[in-house]
Amino acid sequence: MPTDIPSPELAYAPIAPLLIVFAAALVGVLVEAFAPRAARRTLQIAVSLVGLVAALVTTVLLAGTEELVFNDAIAVDGPTLFLQGTLAVLGIASVLLLSERSLDASGGAVVARAAVLPGSREDVELAEATEVQTEVYPLALFSLGGMMLFPASNNLLLMFVALEVLSLPLYLMAGLARRRRLLSQEAAVKYFLLGAFASAFFLYGVALVYGYAGSVDLGEVAAATGTAGSNDGLLFLGLAMLAVGLLFKVGAVPFQAWTPDVYQGSPTPVTALMAACTKISAFGALLRVLYVGFGRAEWDWSPMFWAVAILTMVVGGVLAITQTDVKRMLAYSSVAHTGFLLVGVIALSPQGLSGTLFYLFAYGFTTIAAFAVVTLVRDSSGEATHLAQWAGLGRKSPLVAATFAFLLFALAGIPLTSGFMAKFAVFTAGLEGGATALVVVGVVMSAVTAFFYARVVVLMFFSEPAADGPTVAVPSAYTAAAIALGLAVTVVLGVLPQPVLDLADRASRFVS
Amino acid sequence: MNESYYLLLAALLFTIGGLGVLLRRNAILVFMSVELMLNSVNLTLVTFSRTVGTLEGQVMAFFVMVVAAAEVVVGLAIIMSIFRSRRSASVDDANLLKY
Repeated sequence: MPTDIPSPELAYAPIAPLLIVFAAALVGVLVEAFAPRAARRTLQIAVSLVGLVAALVTTVLLAGTEELVFNDAIAVDGPTLFLQGTLAVLGIASVLLLSERSLDASGGAVVARAAVLPGSREDVELAEATEVQTEVYPLALFSLGGMMLFPASNNLLLMFVALEVLSLPLYLMAGLARRRRLLSQEAAVKYFLLGAFASAFFLYGVALVYGYAGSVDLGEVAAATGTAGSNDGLLFLGLAMLAVGLLFKVGAVPFQAWTPDVYQGSPTPVTALMAACTKISAFGALLRVLYVGFGRAEWDWSPMFWAVAILTMVVGGVLAITQTDVKRMLAYSSVAHTGFLLVGVIALSPQGLSGTLFYLFAYGFTTIAAFAVVTLVRDSSGEATHLAQWAGLGRKSPLVAATFAFLLFALAGIPLTSGFMAKFAVFTAGLEGGATALVVVGVVMSAVTAFFYARVVVLMFFSEPAADGPTVAVPSAYTAAAIALGLAVTVVLGVLPQPVLDLADRASRFVS
Repeated sequence: MNESYYLLLAALLFTIGGLGVLLRRNAILVFMSVELMLNSVNLTLVTFSRTVGTLEGQVMAFFVMVVAAAEVVVGLAIIMSIFRSRRSASVDDANLLKY
C-alpha cells in the first residue's frame, strides 16, 4: 500500500474566475461582520458586482485555455469557460434582482430577519420597517462559486463538494422570502431534505465508481470503462446513482417533484437564480460526467437517459398546462426544457455538446428575465402570481405584458427568438445522432408547451382585467437592467445567433 | 478478511437510510436517515480503499465528514425555523405548496 501522497502542482491562473468569486464571497462575509449597518447594502452590492464582473473578464481572458490543473481535478476547457462566463453574467443579473427595493413598500424580496417567527408581533413590525438583510449576497456568491466549480470538476469527489457548495446556500436562500414566509420555509425544508437525499445517492455512486475504477478521476474512470473483465455491476450501479444526483439537480422526471414547490415558495429573485444558474451548472456537470467519464459506456446508459428524456418532456409539458400559478407554470416549463436539453446531451457528439451549450445560454437569459417580470406584478399582499390575476395585464401595462409575452414565445421556441435557434440546435444534433424518436417527441411536446404559453398571452391581452386586480409596479434601475439584459439577449440570439453559435462550437471540446 | 461483508453491510445501512427517508414523517428523523446514508458511503469508501490499494478512499471519507457537518448546520437551521413557526417538524404538515 502506498504511504506517500505526492503534493499536487498548483496552477492558480486557470482557476482565477473561481478564486475571484469565492474571494468576493469571503469579503462579503467580512463586510457583514464589520461594516456599519447603514453602509452594508451598498458595500455588498458593490462587492458582488465587482467580483462577478472580474470573474467574467478573467473568463474571457482565459478563452482558449485547455488544461487540467490541480492534479487533474479541475478541467479548464471550452465548456468550462463558456459556462463560467454565462454563469457570471447571469449571476450579475441575479444580484441586480436581489438588490431591488422599490417594488415592495418595505423594501426587497428578502426577509430582514429570518429568525423572527412569521406572524409574531416582531414580524409585523419588521414588515413595516425598511430594514434589509444583506447576508443573502455572500450566500449568492458562494452558491455561484459552487456552480462555476461544478461543471469544471474533472474529479467526482470535487464534483460532490461543488454540488454541496452550490446547494447549501440555495437551501437557505429558498427560505428567506419577505412575504408568504410559511410557504418559503416549507420550500426550504422540501428542497433541503430532497436535495440531501439526492446528494447521498450521488455520493454512493462516487464510492461505487471508485471501487470499480480505483480512482474518481474522470480520465481514469474512462480508461477503466474501456478495459474488459472488470466488475460491470459496480459500474452500472455507480453510474445510475451518479445520474440520480445529477438528474435531481437539473430537475428531470422522475426527480422533478421538488421543482414546482421550491420555485413557487422561494423569493422570486432566488427562484430566478435557481432556475437559470443551477440548471446551467448541473447540465455542465452532467455533460462532463457522460462525455468524459462514461463516453465509452454509452450503450449502457443511453437507454435509461432516453426514457428519462421522454418522460421529462411529456410530464413537464402536460403538467404545465394544468397550472394556475405563474411561478409553478414556469417551473414545469423548466422541467420540459430539461427534457429538450437532454436530447442534446444524449447525442454524445460535438454537435450535441455545442447545441446544449447554446441552449443553456439562451434559456438562462430568457428565464431570468421572465422571473424578473413576475416580480413586477403585485397586489397588497406581495406578488400576484395566480394566473387569473394576470388577466387583462396588456391593458394595464402594455410594455410589461408585451415583454412577458415575448419571453414566453422564446420559451416556446417561436422563430425569431433565441428559443427557436436553441431547440433547432439540439434537435439537429439529436437527428444526426440517430435519436429520431426522441426528436419527434421533442417536437410534439414543443407544440404542447407552445399551447400553454399562448394561453397566458391570450389571457394577458384578450380578457378583461379584474376590478381589484394587481398593479404593475415600476421597477428601479436594478430590475429594469436585468430584464433589459435578458430581453436583449433573447432578441439578438433570435435574429443574429451566429456569433454565439460559433462560440459554442469552438467551446465544444472537453479536455481529458 | 473478506471485504465483501463490509460492502454488504454498507449497502444494508444505505438501504435502511433510504427507507428511513421515505417512511419517516419527522423532518429530524428523515435528516438522520440521510446522515446514515452518508456514513454508509464512508464505510464503502474505506473498504474500497483497502481492496483497491490506494489511500484516496480514506481521504474522501474525511471530505464526506466535513460536508456532512456543513449540511447538518444548514439543515438543522432550516428545520428549526419551520418547527418554530408551525410547532411541528412533521413533513406531512408542510403542505401549503401543492398543485
